[in-house]
Amino acid sequence: MTTPTSVLVVGASAGGLSVAEALRREGFTGSLTLLGAERHLPYDRPPLSKKVLGGAWKPEQTQLRPESALAKLEAEFVLGDPAVRLDVGAREVTTASGRGLRADVIVLATGLEPRRLPGQEAWAGVHVLRTVDETLALRADLLAGPRVVVAGDGVLGTEIAATARGMGLTVTVVGPQSAPLASQIGSQVGGYLAKLHVDQGVELRLGIGVAELVGAAGRVSGVRLANGEVLPADVVVVAIGSRPATGWLAGSGLVLGDGIVCDSRCQAAAGIYAVGDVAFWHHEGFGAGMRLENRTNAVEQAMVVAANILGKDRPYTPVPYFWTDQFDAKIQVHGFLPADAEVAIVEGDPALRQFVALYGSRGKVTGLVGWNMVKQTRQHRQHVVEGTAWSEVVAAARVAST
Amino acid sequence: MRVIVDEDKCCGAGQCVLLAPKVFDQRDDGIVILLDESPAKELYTVVREAATVCPAAAIRLEEDE
Repeated sequence: MTTPTSVLVVGASAGGLSVAEALRREGFTGSLTLLGAERHLPYDRPPLSKKVLGGAWKPEQTQLRPESALAKLEAEFVLGDPAVRLDVGAREVTTASGRGLRADVIVLATGLEPRRLPGQEAWAGVHVLRTVDETLALRADLLAGPRVVVAGDGVLGTEIAATARGMGLTVTVVGPQSAPLASQIGSQVGGYLAKLHVDQGVELRLGIGVAELVGAAGRVSGVRLANGEVLPADVVVVAIGSRPATGWLAGSGLVLGDGIVCDSRCQAAAGIYAVGDVAFWHHEGFGAGMRLENRTNAVEQAMVVAANILGKDRPYTPVPYFWTDQFDAKIQVHGFLPADAEVAIVEGDPALRQFVALYGSRGKVTGLVGWNMVKQTRQHRQHVVEGTAWSEVVAAARVAST
Repeated sequence: MRVIVDEDKCCGAGQCVLLAPKVFDQRDDGIVILLDESPAKELYTVVREAATVCPAAAIRLEEDE
């Protein structure tokens, strides 16, 4: 394959910026364009639900690179102009304002859009959190209203709940799972997270979904649960997951499923790649297609895609990693944690809120959760990389605890 | 090359320590410790990779001109 003379990256967040930087680092001298739907220079999203929402950081502190570093990239930034159409054959993107951007290679890094409750746009006081603008709008409402209901028991919902509680609000989390984050970290460790929230004064309404929003005169006043009960609220946060931002690709000819379907090289079609939250690619090590919604994935996948654009032929086979900070807990999650995995505490003690839990499936270590134990977590990650025999780690943990 | 770390941004992922343990370490709470702000040339590649993969963009490099 010949080296392209032009690359267009659709999406100017962590994944898109990382592709551009990796291309330049690897010697790409052609023209480089980043197209962003938001008007902001590339910024970081993980701090939004924590430091920015809580007020510890000004929004500018999330900017990923100083402008001097962006200038050195010698890339054109086209911001505040969402992509609306892709012509796969011509490799041309049309934007909302009518621009036509053509390139030899196009990288799709458009991320996620939050799921919403039916009709939520009709109510003031109802929020989602994906962008910095949405974060500031939520913060303004949180400063005004004492009662907040968070619909959603995943990472984002529980982070927002912890931040709002830290701001002194009365917080209720509603979600369908038996424990928060149960689908990510299982019900046992999810149970420890539930206890942390309850100890900090968050009310948890688990195992039940939100049926609808209720309100009057255009302003939300609460949520109705599936059992008919109404929880009063001044502010409602909808954090019920996201979907890959692929609506604009309908009819493009790309295969769309749970994201943009790619091969193991993260290629969706000739000259078209996908990166980050939006990419569903074949993980050769895992032997299946997958899509990851986390910050580390955006950058690691970007590096592989940049290499492949420049003629390398690298499969993308990460050990997934995400973290969440809630109250005093730093929770770090490596690898794969299938729902039927066995769980063994191999360091520390959940009662002391410092521990490492390994997850095993089919006789091997596949993942781990570290809770306020960063060094030990890092050391045990090696078991995930190597797929250490489950019997071995369980035996070692038993010896250590006697 | 000069390495600059931003402790306020650091999220304690430890990716930098995995990649370049001669240059980075972590405190007990996970926050980065810079062991060597002027690493030897043979470490440049791994330090650049560490700066790139840092999920909090907390590592900045001033490259030799």
